[in-house]
Amino acid sequence: MKQTARPDPFGGELAPPRTPPTARPATDLAGRPAVAPRPPGSRRRRLRPLVPYALLAPALLVLAAILGFPMYRLVSLSFQRYGLKELFAGRGTFIGLDNYREIVTDPFFWTVVARTLVFASVAVGLTMTLGTLVALLLRNLGRRMRVLVTAGLVAAWAMPTLTAISIWQWLFDFEFGVVNWLLTRLGVGGYEQHNWFDQPLQGFAVIVLVVVWAALPFVAITLHAGLTQVPAELEEAARVDGAGPWQVFRHITFPVLKPVFLILATLSTIWDFKVFTQIWVMLNQRPSREYFLLGIWSYSESFGVTRYGKGAAIAVVMVVLLLLVTSFYVRQMLRAVGP
Amino acid sequence: MTRRQLTRAGYNAAAVLVLLVTLFPIYWMVATGFKRGSDILSFEPRWLPIPGTLENYRSAIAKPNFLQDVRNSLVVVVATVLISLVLAFLAALAAARFNFRGRAVLIIMLIVVQMVPLEALIIPIYLMLDGAGQTDRLAGIVVTYLTFVLPFSIWTLRGFIVNIPEELEEAAMVDGCTRAGAFRRILFPLVAPGLVATAVFSFILVWNDYLIAYVLLRSPEKQTLGIWLASFTTNHGTEWGGVMAGSTLFAIPAVVFFLLVQRRVVSGLTAGAVKG
Repeated sequence: MKQTARPDPFGGELAPPRTPPTARPATDLAGRPAVAPRPPGSRRRRLRPLVPYALLAPALLVLAAILGFPMYRLVSLSFQRYGLKELFAGRGTFIGLDNYREIVTDPFFWTVVARTLVFASVAVGLTMTLGTLVALLLRNLGRRMRVLVTAGLVAAWAMPTLTAISIWQWLFDFEFGVVNWLLTRLGVGGYEQHNWFDQPLQGFAVIVLVVVWAALPFVAITLHAGLTQVPAELEEAARVDGAGPWQVFRHITFPVLKPVFLILATLSTIWDFKVFTQIWVMLNQRPSREYFLLGIWSYSESFGVTRYGKGAAIAVVMVVLLLLVTSFYVRQMLRAVGP
Repeated sequence: MTRRQLTRAGYNAAAVLVLLVTLFPIYWMVATGFKRGSDILSFEPRWLPIPGTLENYRSAIAKPNFLQDVRNSLVVVVATVLISLVLAFLAALAAARFNFRGRAVLIIMLIVVQMVPLEALIIPIYLMLDGAGQTDRLAGIVVTYLTFVLPFSIWTLRGFIVNIPEELEEAAMVDGCTRAGAFRRILFPLVAPGLVATAVFSFILVWNDYLIAYVLLRSPEKQTLGIWLASFTTNHGTEWGGVMAGSTLFAIPAVVFFLLVQRRVVSGLTAGAVKG
């Protein structure tokens, strides 16, 4: 391999390309003749396999310190009593599985777990279903309408979470909110002065709406981009052979979309399972216990009543549940990524 | 009407509905920000902000610590993005262009690490920073943001690099470039838009944070804009004009940056995810 005499910023010659390059004229891309070859030094050759590790080292060291160590600390905390006293002393007291025992014997735990699972599945289900429908709709629209709808989706997508939360708080305001006005106008019932957050079921409906509204554009636009990979002739052929719209989607469109679909479903599950800000801010930083999901409960045990050990145990349970729920997708994704 | 026209009309009606649902809330925020108090507090909605006023913006900006919070947000965002971009670029280069032992493990780790919710890690991180005296410090919050911005950046940048045909660098090397020279002269210019996109998207991730700033920053003069915005809503009898003006101000940088890179990020995320 030919080399220039320029100093190598990566401190060594890098591994050769995987496929052997075919012979090409000895000029660089600008058409200038290449610099005369120089035999690679033996020290460089020895160091070559280390280059990728050298490139990775800074990032991995930082990640180990700020991510790896806290992960270990989270697990160790969950086996400790760690309250205000321990906070001042700077170290917890090992109490084995007591935190976990306390959690699982508390009926509230099972309520919160069930609530979190239901919340996440409803939010993910709605996001993916509506996202797919909007993506398919985009494909069937005329050019001008498609550009318009895409612009609307992008605008909603660009809204920061905190902005989206206050917008919807205002829309659902009990006195002057447009939603109550509209529902009353439509004759759905008397919604004047209706407080949506009095009843957790309705409150969660609003929260799901905020979550789905914010997540849907990403899903719809990404799926629409994925749809361009679906060969139109294949769908046409299936239609000619008498397949209905659902069958075409199920057997032709979906299989092509599947990798993208899996990624989106995984990401949505991760986001919706640990939802915190939407609930916390929507309920003015004082959600009642009927609104607790695992993330909120863990937060309030730790920072509300300073029981960091118990909070950590709840967080561990949350992570384990999340890994269980998403392991299915991840296995499929890894199959797509390959070794 | 023919059947074809009917379907077309149906699609267009659905499109209008999607437009309404996506755009009306945003319009309503902007419009409310410009309305006079009496028009905001009206049982019959006033659809247009006429006659308008800038009073809401004035009162939002006049809130204590607004300028300080803007400065804090900028410092935190710029520091986080720069650090993570440099570290992530080197790591992404290794993950995308080299074969080495542990590469598959690394890629799996990158996926798994992004699944560990910060909502769980905030407890040990808080205690660690507290022990090191770094809570209520901007440095502490930058370090915390790196926990999710860095893996995200490596993952996204790797996607961008994988998408650039390796043959281009090979051609340059046949023509006498070193591998490093090929990186600098061929790969780097091609991946520069990807770097910009990753930086901007990291910016948005950090800008969007609420939890970390809320937990770590206690004193009013250390807070970031997100906390400033959320502080509007806590009082009884929310002052909606100010909230909407503040929300609009808060959204502007995110929206501007987002529009710059939106297209790239979609392709970067999904390409990185499906290609080996």
